[in-house]
Amino acid sequence: MSLSSPVSLAMAVSGASGEDLAAGISALREAVQAAQIAADNAWMLVSSALVLMMTGPGLALFYGGLVRRKNTLATMMQSFVLMALITVLWALVGYSLAFGEGSAVLGDLRYALLRGVEGAPNSDYAPTIPHQTFMVFQLMFAIITPALIAGAFAERMKFSALLVFMTLWALVVYCPMAHMVWGKGGLLNAFSGGAIPCFDFAGGTVVHITSGVSALICALYIGKRHGYPSPAMKPHNLVLSFIGACLLWVGWFGFNAGSALGSSALASSAFVATHFGAAAAALGWMIAEWSRTGKPSVLGAISGAVCGLVAITPASGFVKPLPALVIGLAAGVICYFMVASVKQRFGYDDSLDAFGVHGAGGTVGALLTGVFATNAVNSGLKDAAGNPLPLGLVDGNAAQVFNQAVGVVIAWVLAALGTFIVLKITDAVVGVRVSPEHEIQGLDLSLHGEEAYNFEV
Amino acid sequence: MKKIEAIIQPFKLDDVKEALKNIGIDGMTVSEVRGHGRQKGHKEVYRGQEYQVDLLPKIKIEMVVPSARADEVIRTVIQSARTGKIGDGKIFVYDVVDAIRIRNEDRGEAAL
Repeated sequence: MSLSSPVSLAMAVSGASGEDLAAGISALREAVQAAQIAADNAWMLVSSALVLMMTGPGLALFYGGLVRRKNTLATMMQSFVLMALITVLWALVGYSLAFGEGSAVLGDLRYALLRGVEGAPNSDYAPTIPHQTFMVFQLMFAIITPALIAGAFAERMKFSALLVFMTLWALVVYCPMAHMVWGKGGLLNAFSGGAIPCFDFAGGTVVHITSGVSALICALYIGKRHGYPSPAMKPHNLVLSFIGACLLWVGWFGFNAGSALGSSALASSAFVATHFGAAAAALGWMIAEWSRTGKPSVLGAISGAVCGLVAITPASGFVKPLPALVIGLAAGVICYFMVASVKQRFGYDDSLDAFGVHGAGGTVGALLTGVFATNAVNSGLKDAAGNPLPLGLVDGNAAQVFNQAVGVVIAWVLAALGTFIVLKITDAVVGVRVSPEHEIQGLDLSLHGEEAYNFEV
Repeated sequence: MKKIEAIIQPFKLDDVKEALKNIGIDGMTVSEVRGHGRQKGHKEVYRGQEYQVDLLPKIKIEMVVPSARADEVIRTVIQSARTGKIGDGKIFVYDVVDAIRIRNEDRGEAAL
């Protein structure tokens, strides 16, 4: 590939024969394409690994530190086992149901057992990376989304119930939502002729609204932890949570900038927006908390950063850096009040605030994407003459705010209904909640037969 | 013989140990304990959820000393452990019936 093509081109030019010239140009074109695939694939493989790092160790540490000591391992295991479970499911039917070209709401089985998902790019999705890379990148999203939900029912769900619930949830909620927003022919897919063009660059609706709203339903269905809120249910190790949150922040560059599906200027733009959103949200939460309780807590600052990352996710490939700051700031402040005020008022036990952070942050981000999306950042949508179409309100397309709201409503309804049905089935098959004795003893010992900290040994 | 039990602020342990060493007291048992007297606890807030923490970490030092030295030891602990603020702790003094060194069965003050 490397030197031979330019050399043959030079020979062709000097040799003058028209046939040689055509062959040389064709060889050069192939070489350029191969170089772009190599460059894009390198970034996408790194991004895929970064997104997996968000679940384990990122989310496992973040959640693991927030629970009481007796539930540390069980909480980490919830994240970890999804890395295994969803992967198998993805290979069997998950990828195909999300990305096979089926109906407007669900994919078909053309890629079941990963049939035909190999080295050649799939031009429907990502023409410059191997189809396998696209598949595995998307898998990492399918892993972290259900793992986020686990924060809502932390410290009280059976492990067997988790496996049943998450398997069904991925099929009933995640795959349809991913297909609608990102799949070829999906109802909300702005770039594939969807009936309701909804902008969701990296998963504000698909990942964060679905997981956050499902988390709320889970918290309401499974009920409060034994004794909540009277006995101290303090985080047992905020150092773990701190490390986890920082890993999430770094991993999120793969999540959002990787969603450019190539090593492009759009990836850089998404990278920058992601970082700015997180930074502004960390400050937003910190200031809101400081002015309300008198102290800027570490848990608050890292929670704020995660909220900003959530909110910037749908917008990351559509907005400029300064709007990213605005989105982050809004998310930091709004999520703080969701968690510190709204949750207390209604009294539900969303134990690790999966709804307050991901449901609220995802909704804020999805709606503000309709405001700040601009074709100066993303020129992917063009009219018949090839000119970029206006995207959001700032481009003069006020209707996009409405489209975003429709996408948000669909995500909320699908997540709420799907989760309720899946919980009912899970409850009937294995029962969702551990016994009170097991809950008091702690899930590490009662479910897994181990303890996280054996200092006396 | 007197048993002197001092509950002190954890960060004062080194000062107290050093002061006791300087007056020749080198036998002691130290435990990490939690409790409160008049100090009561403090408030912690995690994501808006308030927790009242009543039992605070303290250090308990136990020493058995010859009765003649008890006042000196007590004064030393007071001087080295005092900050003047609420929460400095308390000292309890008990009579001790006997003491035995397990290694060679020395008894009484000889065992200290």
